[in-house]
Amino acid sequence: MAKSVREKENTNVIICGVGGQGIILASDVLCYCASLAGFDVKKSEVHGMAQRGGSVITHIRFGGKVYSPLIAQGTADYILAFEKVEALRYAHYLEKNGEIIVDNREIPPMSVLVGEAEYPADIDRRLTRMGKTHFIDATSIAAELGNMRVVNIVLLGVLSRFLRLKEKHWRDAIRKNVKEQFVDLNIQAFGRGREIAG
Amino acid sequence: MKSLLSGNEAVARGAWEAGCRVATAYPGTPSTEILENIIKYPEINAEWSVNEKVALEVAAGASFAGARALVAMKHVGLNVAADPFFTMGYSGVTGGLVVVSADDPGMWSSQNEQDNRHYGRHAKVPILEPSDSNEARIFTKLAFEISEKFDTPVLLRLTTRICHSTCLTELGERKEIEVSGYVKDINKRLVLPAHARALHLVVEERLKKIAAQSEVFRYNRIEWGKKTLGIITSGVAYQYAKEVFPEASVLKLSLTHPIPEKMIKRFAKHVRKIVVVEEGDPVLETEIKAMGIKVTGKDKIPLCGELTPDVLKSSFSKRTKAPAKSSKVPPRPPVLCPGCPHRGVFYVINKLKLVVTGDIGCYTLGALPPLSAMDTCVCMGASVTNAQGMEKALGKEFSKKLVAVLGDSTFFHSGITGLVNAVYNKGNLSLLILDNFTTAMTGHQPHPGTGRLARGERGRRIAPEDIARGCGVEMVKVVNPNDLAATELAFKQALEYDGVAVLVFRRPCALLVKPRPPYRIDPESCNGCKLCLRIGCPALSLVFPEHREKPLAVVDEALCVGCGLCVQLCQRSAIFLSRKSDG
Repeated sequence: MAKSVREKENTNVIICGVGGQGIILASDVLCYCASLAGFDVKKSEVHGMAQRGGSVITHIRFGGKVYSPLIAQGTADYILAFEKVEALRYAHYLEKNGEIIVDNREIPPMSVLVGEAEYPADIDRRLTRMGKTHFIDATSIAAELGNMRVVNIVLLGVLSRFLRLKEKHWRDAIRKNVKEQFVDLNIQAFGRGREIAG
Repeated sequence: MKSLLSGNEAVARGAWEAGCRVATAYPGTPSTEILENIIKYPEINAEWSVNEKVALEVAAGASFAGARALVAMKHVGLNVAADPFFTMGYSGVTGGLVVVSADDPGMWSSQNEQDNRHYGRHAKVPILEPSDSNEARIFTKLAFEISEKFDTPVLLRLTTRICHSTCLTELGERKEIEVSGYVKDINKRLVLPAHARALHLVVEERLKKIAAQSEVFRYNRIEWGKKTLGIITSGVAYQYAKEVFPEASVLKLSLTHPIPEKMIKRFAKHVRKIVVVEEGDPVLETEIKAMGIKVTGKDKIPLCGELTPDVLKSSFSKRTKAPAKSSKVPPRPPVLCPGCPHRGVFYVINKLKLVVTGDIGCYTLGALPPLSAMDTCVCMGASVTNAQGMEKALGKEFSKKLVAVLGDSTFFHSGITGLVNAVYNKGNLSLLILDNFTTAMTGHQPHPGTGRLARGERGRRIAPEDIARGCGVEMVKVVNPNDLAATELAFKQALEYDGVAVLVFRRPCALLVKPRPPYRIDPESCNGCKLCLRIGCPALSLVFPEHREKPLAVVDEALCVGCGLCVQLCQRSAIFLSRKSDG
């Protein structure tokens, strides 16, 4: 089965959340980091209307040779989610032994705010049923660091503990993709993410 | 040396390497970043044009003058630019002319999923379809070469997953191509019927020559695998086919119009069964079937929606290992941002229960609940003209509860002609121009109303209200949409006005201004009446605290940008500033 061998060779990561949370930046950093490690890399995302506070998903794949920029359902090694309902929305991408890393944050969508839908009360249990799930207080850490925008990099710090990519490459990737005046803050956020991941 | 480039960045790089001198575009997802990246190369004279027709004609003029020129647009943009596109197919080029169409299968940010490979065939123009960023760069360069060699514009056809996918891409250096200069040739460039009749014969001959080129084009290639299954594919579908059928033989087509018939016949002879894997319409499939070759294609693979490895896999196998999608997950469609200046206008429209002909931009989101303030959305500029048509059919009384809504950039794109038409034809029309000083939906590109050019340099500012007056509109007002009372008053005046009235609602996009301190809600004063929730602000929600009889509205301080719109709705003055503005 040539196919399954190749699928194993590649690492598949889904990053998802709400438009405006810095998902694209996080994807850029991971993508760049994997390229520094010498892997073939592909990333796919959507822009435009989908980004206006809507549900956002990016696909990142790296390994020996990557064809499709899209991850097939049931083959993601990791889902890095910036919001719980968004983790659940894309949980069917997770591989049987895949893991979910999710910010312990609930952002009710407009459908919930106007009373047309309910935010799932049992969300934590439902996520855990989909795969091994790590709930991370990334928003609180970002608040401690004094900038809510670094939630994305805190979560990348956590993810970095699961991926076999060098810490130096991660830091270089952050420096390359973040605006100069925010580099130190983001490096700090990344470090805090690594710490809490243990 | 390899770099990570998106398909759009790669097209920009390819244009630069090819010695392109002039580039034009109107922003549209998924094509926008092509010009945004071209702007980074100072050797290319780049502009945001007011619409795609204008963009293509400016690029065509540059080609007439002997410069290599590129024009980029989203798929529906080519509908706007179709007129010059077809004529340029006849006239041909002097400097290479590349027309980039970025299609949007799955309609991530579009009103339809038209397959623009039909346009190449319709206008008799060759098509190149890259399958990743590196090919996007190389094919952009080849497109200029093919354009000049065969004296034709070339359609470079991308899709969302090419434009917005990133992969490792080789980089080349720029090769300067001198501008050959203008030489008069009316037989070629002035399409009087007598000239065009001769040109049509040239076009048909040219297509035969390009077909011969297609047979030897190095990116039309066969990758032999097992002969039991042969796949014919193009664009991003090639990547999915390689992923799903790793052992099959693959004929990868890159110059997809005209198709290499001999190569296809040779391939067909060697494989037992052929599947055409293409996204969108059965374009290749139809042509291959017309050659008398039996193939499987859209009878198995869905024609609607985006093609993905999952869709392709499930088209041929019922068994799937993938877990089911979670059910009962609340949907999260896009919404107007907190502090969006459009919100006040839509709130008033909803309150006055008006019929709204809408248009294309962020403000199309005003159609969603709870604002629910839009009835139609057809294409760029159609708000103005649709409203005029409704009044023609239903009379003046109906126009008193009818407004047309469009954004500033859309007004410049194609609202002006409709406005002239309405004034000239004695329409009764209330046109609302939502002027947020930018083309917001596509990521904040400038337009004539901003007074800024593509690279941020100062240009001549053209105000929508001046244009309206110039079009003969006598009732023109500029209103702050965040002032709900003033907004409602202006609505009433415009609706009562006999003739064409234009209201310019002016306030910059919330994403372009520094957020003000967030508001808070005093739990003592709030009685949970939900009035504030009617504006559909993502920063406002209702909670049900345990020790409280009534629900309580709360502000998410991380989202609130302090626009103060909700403050104007609260009857109990419960919403207050949490801290003073720091300036």
